[in-house]
Amino acid sequence: MSVTAAHEARRGGVLLLARRSPTAIIGATILIVILAVAALAPWLAPYDPIFQDVDIRLAPPGVAHWLGTDGFGRDILSRLIYGTRPTLLIISLVALIMAPLGTAIGIVAGYYGGLVERVLMRLTDMVMSFPRLILAFAFVAVLGPGLLNAALALALTSWPPYARQARVETQTMRRSDYLAGAEMLGIRGVRLLFGHVLPMALPSVVVRIALDLAGMVLIAAGLGFLGLGVRPPTAEWGTMVADGTAVIFDQWWVAASPGIAILIMSLSFNLLADGLRDLLDPRHG
Amino acid sequence: MTDATATPAGTAPSRRPTRRREVRLLGRLANWLVSLLIGLAGLLLVTFSFTHISSVDPVIRVVGDKASEATYQAARHQLGLDRPLPEQFVLYVGRILHADLGTSWSTGQPVASDLARAFPATFELATVAIVIGAVLGVGLGLIAGLWPGGWRDSVVRVISLLGYSVPIFWLGLLALLLFYARLHWFGGPGRQDVAYEFTTTRETGLLLLDTWLSGDASAFRDALSHIALPALVLGFYATAGISRLTRTAVLEELGKEYVVTARAKGASQARVVLTHIFPNVRATVITVIALSYAVLLEGAVFTETVFAWPGIGRYLTISMFAADVPAILGGTLLIGVCFIILNTLTDLIVGGLDPRLRP
Repeated sequence: MSVTAAHEARRGGVLLLARRSPTAIIGATILIVILAVAALAPWLAPYDPIFQDVDIRLAPPGVAHWLGTDGFGRDILSRLIYGTRPTLLIISLVALIMAPLGTAIGIVAGYYGGLVERVLMRLTDMVMSFPRLILAFAFVAVLGPGLLNAALALALTSWPPYARQARVETQTMRRSDYLAGAEMLGIRGVRLLFGHVLPMALPSVVVRIALDLAGMVLIAAGLGFLGLGVRPPTAEWGTMVADGTAVIFDQWWVAASPGIAILIMSLSFNLLADGLRDLLDPRHG
Repeated sequence: MTDATATPAGTAPSRRPTRRREVRLLGRLANWLVSLLIGLAGLLLVTFSFTHISSVDPVIRVVGDKASEATYQAARHQLGLDRPLPEQFVLYVGRILHADLGTSWSTGQPVASDLARAFPATFELATVAIVIGAVLGVGLGLIAGLWPGGWRDSVVRVISLLGYSVPIFWLGLLALLLFYARLHWFGGPGRQDVAYEFTTTRETGLLLLDTWLSGDASAFRDALSHIALPALVLGFYATAGISRLTRTAVLEELGKEYVVTARAKGASQARVVLTHIFPNVRATVITVIALSYAVLLEGAVFTETVFAWPGIGRYLTISMFAADVPAILGGTLLIGVCFIILNTLTDLIVGGLDPRLRP
């Protein structure tokens, strides 16, 4: 990962970025729309997402209910709009735990070297070889379903790639004039690591977060699909697909639209990551 | 045309003395064994700690919540739960090594025998799926890598982006709706029709093989039409990753001087791909296929739930609804062990295939 390219991109600003990577801009735009929908859900949703109108159960898409209603007579569009919230919450929690944890481990290992590095990297390799999905599944199944448990389970098995990447970057930086200069000024310890090493490692961390979050959206929805996500009746996309499973052959719209929503959110992260990688690392064009 | 000069990776180690090669091989084996053992020990530590953070008290599961204090303590002692944690862990590992995964709380059967019955179904599904994924993925990756920037490349890129982004359980539902319920192209949920369920003798547990061996052509066709849909869905998922990495690897090789040399000497496109590029991307491709296979074993949880496929994934989902902790952890351990073995084994095989990737 080239650090100078990252700086160029930063200096050039959003406009240059848009010209050089339309993919990133498409992804970012979709994400901003999703964030706006999540923030404005109460004003955008035409109905109360948990209100059950049992007279119109499983109504097909129409004028009153654009995307139809589910088995409890709830408006699917409103549930889709509110469903942005738990998904965004889970993946933000995951990102907030895994990226700092992994990067910190990697920087410490790369900077100190020796035994510290050996132990930390063995640990990283070990967790890296763990089956992430199935462990998250077991963790939530044993501890009980819930948003926080799901996020914790995913974060605790997803940090190793950050550690590896940060370690490599720290190692290459260790002998640089830049760090020698900082050390000569008397900057040491935590302040050196997080004030001077961390900022240089950040661009690649950002790309990786975008890429990982695409997968996290799918896993979070998968946990919901299996009944391990937020508790009903809270609207959540994976749970909504599960609700539609029983009636898939006759009322396909119940499962169809939440699936598309999951696809779009995951796709937006993938596009963003793809575009950013093109910008920051020309080797993987 | 001398290939040795054109492919730098292939022939170098043969000149070294054999003794040194053997020592290096042993070293790699030892290193692999160490990382395998560390991985497995870590996994056991994780599943062990899961039993202790569980909100369900295993003693109450055994004696019931109306038991007297004395009965409770006696059962607790019998389960070994009053011993210090490290000792409990050692006992736990000992039990696992004897293939004792405990008794399922819901079926009352030993978890190990439940798993042994379910595993062939998962293995069969994941294997058929990885074959589909590998063929499609390598093929598409080659096409995209050989004609970068064109329409072929764009099509492959869209396919792999969709594969990365689509929720697989939803894709499975759509496939069932379209190809089973509407078009009647494939068999529905389950591994075979009820009509064949009691006529097939199970020898290997792999239905495709069993029905083939029994010589019952219609039973074989039935099994094939049932596995096709879930395998295609899982295979599509694998195609995304495999095609993208194949493309990157091919593209990287294409720009190298030995390819240019080979082309200048008049080698055809097919010859360049088969005898020059392929040996050099082989290790990358095998790695990504092996890793995808591991991921497919995991992903089976979703596909099996959607397609009512009676494998480990479905067993896990059912156990989860019954809050059956020994069954959940047993299934997790089985998939986890396969996953870790595949993961660590990949490093070993790749090191053997491509000397450049040896640590």
